[in-house]
Amino acid sequence: MSLLELRGVQKYFGADHVLKGIDLAIEEHEVICLIGPSGCGKSTLLRCVNALEPIQGGEIVLDGELVSGRGVDVNALRQEVGIVFQSFNLFPHKTVMQNITLGPIKVLKESKAEAKERARILLARIGLSEKANEYPDRLSGGQQQRVAIVRALAMQPRVLLLDEITSALDPELVSEVLNIVRQLAVEGMTMILATHEMNFAREVASRVCFLESGVIVEVGVPDQIFTAPKQARTAEFLERIIAAGRL
Amino acid sequence: MTNTPVGESPATPVLLATPGAPRRRALPSFQSNLLTAVAFAIAAVICATVEWWLLIYFDASLVLSGAELIVCRGVEIFLGLVGGTAAWYGILAVTRALSANRLAAGGAPSAGRVRAEDARDAMWFVVGLGLTALIVAFIAFLLGANHGALRTVMFDFGYMWRGHNALLHAFWLNLKIFAVTQVLVLAWALLVAVVRLLPGRACAPVRTLAIVYTDVFRGVPAIIVIYLVVLGFGLARVPGFDSMSKDNQIFWLAVLALTLVYGAYVSEVYRAGLESIHWSQAAAARSLGLSQWQTLRHVVVPQAVRRILPPLLNDAVALQKDTALTSIVGYVEVLGAAQLLKNKYFNLSPVFGAALFFLVITIPFTRFVDFLLKRDKQRTQGGS
Ligand SMILES: Nc1ncnc2c1ncn2[C@@H]1O[C@H](COP(=O)(O)OP(=O)(O)OP(=O)(O)O)[C@@H](O)[C@H]1O
Ligand SMILES: [Mg+2]
Repeated sequence: MSLLELRGVQKYFGADHVLKGIDLAIEEHEVICLIGPSGCGKSTLLRCVNALEPIQGGEIVLDGELVSGRGVDVNALRQEVGIVFQSFNLFPHKTVMQNITLGPIKVLKESKAEAKERARILLARIGLSEKANEYPDRLSGGQQQRVAIVRALAMQPRVLLLDEITSALDPELVSEVLNIVRQLAVEGMTMILATHEMNFAREVASRVCFLESGVIVEVGVPDQIFTAPKQARTAEFLERIIAAGRL
Repeated sequence: MTNTPVGESPATPVLLATPGAPRRRALPSFQSNLLTAVAFAIAAVICATVEWWLLIYFDASLVLSGAELIVCRGVEIFLGLVGGTAAWYGILAVTRALSANRLAAGGAPSAGRVRAEDARDAMWFVVGLGLTALIVAFIAFLLGANHGALRTVMFDFGYMWRGHNALLHAFWLNLKIFAVTQVLVLAWALLVAVVRLLPGRACAPVRTLAIVYTDVFRGVPAIIVIYLVVLGFGLARVPGFDSMSKDNQIFWLAVLALTLVYGAYVSEVYRAGLESIHWSQAAAARSLGLSQWQTLRHVVVPQAVRRILPPLLNDAVALQKDTALTSIVGYVEVLGAAQLLKNKYFNLSPVFGAALFFLVITIPFTRFVDFLLKRDKQRTQGGS
């Protein structure tokens, strides 16, 4: 059984039909990369999985349990599914340490000491131990994004959603963030990432999913998608990417 | 699109108005400001003359002796010097403008520009000094009018000193009303603001109630609310307040009235603050599994409060002053006490003394909050 399953997910913003029946099954330890042109619905899809947006049709099933629709405990769902945003969204009035421990203390009801201890281990792993008591606005973009990833990891989620986490970063800061994702992939974290970093997608993805206008056009292993796409639209998109020098 | 370059399809949007054409703008050449400087110099001299005349008028009204006279004369001399300095800078502006022109004509335009800038600096000095000196001298003139009647009626320190004990005791009541009301207002207003932002159809009735409340109590003058609440509740023997002693009753009813009025204002401040926090902050908090309430409590409200501290302080200062309104329902706070003294001495100086009490509290208070804000900013925001 798949860990996460999307069945015919529909999403409207008013009259705007943004997701038109998305079917996708994600196995444990898989890394799915969502690619597609700007505005095709990648962010929306991730936000729906995290219940930050309600869906208007279809269902989302996590580990055999229905987690979409009315009456679902969204706070419980979000403990299982973490998300990292393009714009970091760290809490500016809290230190790095407080940012990371807020969820574990308030939601998982861990003791302060326990939460801090785990946060310290995580910070050490991303090489930011000395920034624990710093405020987010005093960190570089790359450092902020690494803290944001750790903040999501501190909740010990089963699935991690990453929404274009490097596109707000200067090119020289991208690799420090991608290294962490790479390491998480090696350690078997189940992840869905929306990305424009095609080379990275090709390297870490178990499967690549090409989305266009709210429809999944093609899903496949990266080598197949990038070298022998079955659909003409996928090929077109990749051609444009190559023309832009991003692959 | 008339200027489409050759070889480019005309459908390509053109971003530059004249593609390919080099863009050049000449630096403005040296401009003389001699005429302006002369105008400023004339204005400065007139300004100083008027000021000196006002001061001489003030001086003639002084029927003082000893230390007071020395203080007044000292102030006069200082103001006279300020007026003179303004005139001096006016003349300086003219000489600098002249020398700027000479430099520019002598083939050193950049040195001329620097000199012209110096001339402009001198002109701004004329405005700053001259205007200030004029305004202060005008106040002195008012104080000297009618043989210094204003001074004796309002600013007689002898009467103030004789009443200081009574005033101090009464002012303590103002502080008590202020402290209790402020705490209640901060909590009550936050509640109202949060209620106004509650989503969903189920909350529509309370939301409406909150809107009506803020509209009504912001729309009615505080003095009327105090009048109605304090006198009305007292007359109607409203349970809860009725069993209190007379003084206690007035105190708590005044607190209630002021809380109602200021709660309406402050709730709007809170609401603006809450709405100013970008939704992505709430999304980040919710994505960690925090409930709506926890998100408000740990993420949105703390950030909103930091942002609205200046307007909150503004309302706190206003509330502190408006405690004096309770004197109209017979509460002997500092203004009430000052009025009693005024009737006793037939002199308004005790009322001015009451005003001084408010200043002694509000000014340091404001500076202190400014300091806190600055420190918080330095701590949380990257400077470099
Ligand atoms: N809150 C919203 N309200 C209304 N429309 C929205 C909202 N969020 C997204 N949309 C619309 O939904 C569509 C998909 O947006 P989405 O952000 O998911 O695209 P994306 O694939 O993430 O694009 P990008 O690669 O530029 O991030 C867009 O047409 C967008 O205008
Ligand atoms: Mg997006």
